[in-house]
Amino acid sequence: MSEPSAVADAATCTPVGTPLASPTCSPINDAATAPRLVSPPRIQIPRGPLILPALAAMVVASFVVSAGFGSASVAPADVADVLAAHLTGTTAPDATLDAIVWELRVPRGLLAIVVGSGLAVAGVAMQTLVRNPLADPHLLGVSAGASVGATAVITTGAFAGAGVWALSGGALVGALAAAVLVFAIASAQGGLTPLRLVLIGTVMASAFSALASFMVFRSPEPQAAQSVLFWMLGSFAGAAWDQLLLPSVIVVLCTGALMAASSWLDAVAAGPDTAASLGVPLTALRRGLFVVLALLVGGLVAVAGAIGFVGLVLPHVARLLVGARHRIVLPVAALGGAIFMLWVDVAARVVGGAAEIPLSVITGLIGAPVFLVLLGRRQYRFGSAA
Amino acid sequence: MSARLGRPHTTNDVLGSAPGPHLQAADLDCAVAGRTILRGVNLDVQSGERIGLVGPNGSGKSTLLRVLAGLRPPADGGVVLRGRPLAELRARERAREIAVVAQEEEPAGELLVGELVALGLIPHRRPWAAGGAAEREAVAAALRSVDLAGYEHRPVISLSGGERRRALLARGLAQQAPLLVLDEPTNHLDIRHQLDLLARLSRVERTVVLSLHDLNLAMRFCDRVAVLARGELRAFGPPQDVLTPALIADVFDVRASLVRHPRNGASHLLLDLPQPAYPSTAAVQKAHV
Repeated sequence: MSEPSAVADAATCTPVGTPLASPTCSPINDAATAPRLVSPPRIQIPRGPLILPALAAMVVASFVVSAGFGSASVAPADVADVLAAHLTGTTAPDATLDAIVWELRVPRGLLAIVVGSGLAVAGVAMQTLVRNPLADPHLLGVSAGASVGATAVITTGAFAGAGVWALSGGALVGALAAAVLVFAIASAQGGLTPLRLVLIGTVMASAFSALASFMVFRSPEPQAAQSVLFWMLGSFAGAAWDQLLLPSVIVVLCTGALMAASSWLDAVAAGPDTAASLGVPLTALRRGLFVVLALLVGGLVAVAGAIGFVGLVLPHVARLLVGARHRIVLPVAALGGAIFMLWVDVAARVVGGAAEIPLSVITGLIGAPVFLVLLGRRQYRFGSAA
Repeated sequence: MSARLGRPHTTNDVLGSAPGPHLQAADLDCAVAGRTILRGVNLDVQSGERIGLVGPNGSGKSTLLRVLAGLRPPADGGVVLRGRPLAELRARERAREIAVVAQEEEPAGELLVGELVALGLIPHRRPWAAGGAAEREAVAAALRSVDLAGYEHRPVISLSGGERRRALLARGLAQQAPLLVLDEPTNHLDIRHQLDLLARLSRVERTVVLSLHDLNLAMRFCDRVAVLARGELRAFGPPQDVLTPALIADVFDVRASLVRHPRNGASHLLLDLPQPAYPSTAAVQKAHV
């Protein structure tokens, strides 16, 4: 089915109390056999098509407003002027303003959008792949592998000729090597089953972290520890236009791939037997998910560090808002992740004054209480019916 | 069912309408973690039949159902579905042929009932497709057939255990497969809904293979009954021929008496333990004196 209204239809958006269209479920008829049918439906947020445009508008608004925050404040109207000037091809009215907004804040905001949405989408995919509500994008050891690569660059000065790309390049190499290793071990032990992936990913992440710590410990460079720590906790401070293309392409392609498999992901979330009996090619799908996750997480961690909590919390927030279907959870999580990350980055450059605060510090401080609130909600079951 | 959701099961171009049994299992062996679960099971299922699988706990009913449905490969022997080896079918083809509702399924808690049932349409369309009037109609029809009409917009977690079983069965029905494999579909259902469900199943024009614990339900609703004991097929045939007091005593270790239902004359089994499994009250009192 390819008609554009498919998203709206999938959300089966019936406002509370709307009578169902089915002609055969007249209340009189059913009340005779099953009195429970006449009990009022539970009040819930309509899973309507309106939430996507609303969130998209919030992303744009957050992007423009957040670009005003920083060591030099810029009014949202001025940000809009600079953006309009560049988008229409005219010259900006103020060169200083233009430099701040267009060369620093805009790429930074775009990177926040790309990384925030990518990590949220990766979190959804990871929680579905391993069928575990506590899974986050860093579970497979890919991020820890990236930290080994980045640490190697920082402590040994490898790839020094590559300039600003050295750190990202080292992290990407480490991430992909770790992904290949985890994939090979899991396959050799019998396949990418949820529990095995969780255990191998956790064990390998610990091993990679130990390796990174060892390299920092042995490094003659006194600043190494701090550099590594700052990198691992994540920052958009180095955002530049030429760094945006690769992560953007990765996020768009991977999100597209996940959307294309959305109903299969629903079946996987229902359990391996259910998925198999519904004709989902489970082994191939799990492998595909693993590759998508490795690319997504590796690509994002390489440019922005291992930012925590976004990929853990946003999928749950999305599910709480729109239910469990992936075709709506994925875009809602992506847009929510973008908004969240934009404002986290604002906090990172405003709260600490001159010294920027690493992003994971802020996502952790915000994410932990949010997660606890989610845990306390009785109506929310974290994807399981238990 | 509109053509957009795939073909109705009567015109299936995957396998055609080959003559012979709908499903045939030959010399099935199956082992799980080194333990033999099934040994030399031969079984044929004719088109439109309702086959009941009975046997004590651990006799291999669920494993046999999984092998028959193609979810688990047998260690030896093979299953032939309408003239074609089941192992040759791709997952998607198989899912259009066989719908399975397993015993322990935990649907995602945030799903609505309608979304759960709509999962059954997955084999008939592209993985990115969803929604539409055809889906709503198919879901509504499946829910009607399990007495859950109008439940589309309820969260799955708000259902009782029995309602959840019926919603899962609706998903299986929505799959539109000519063969329905059900692992203890009457579990968690109250008596009325057990009888109602089996009556509804006898009206659907599909081949049904299901496991049951209740011998009287098997007697009443199945065309043929297969009795499993310790992984072997002990008997297979019409229920009144198979479910004899002698076989029941042997397989289940209970004493059975066959009686006539006073109202409809149907055969009915009365079951009790072969001898008092614990001392009578009088004996206990005597021992304490």
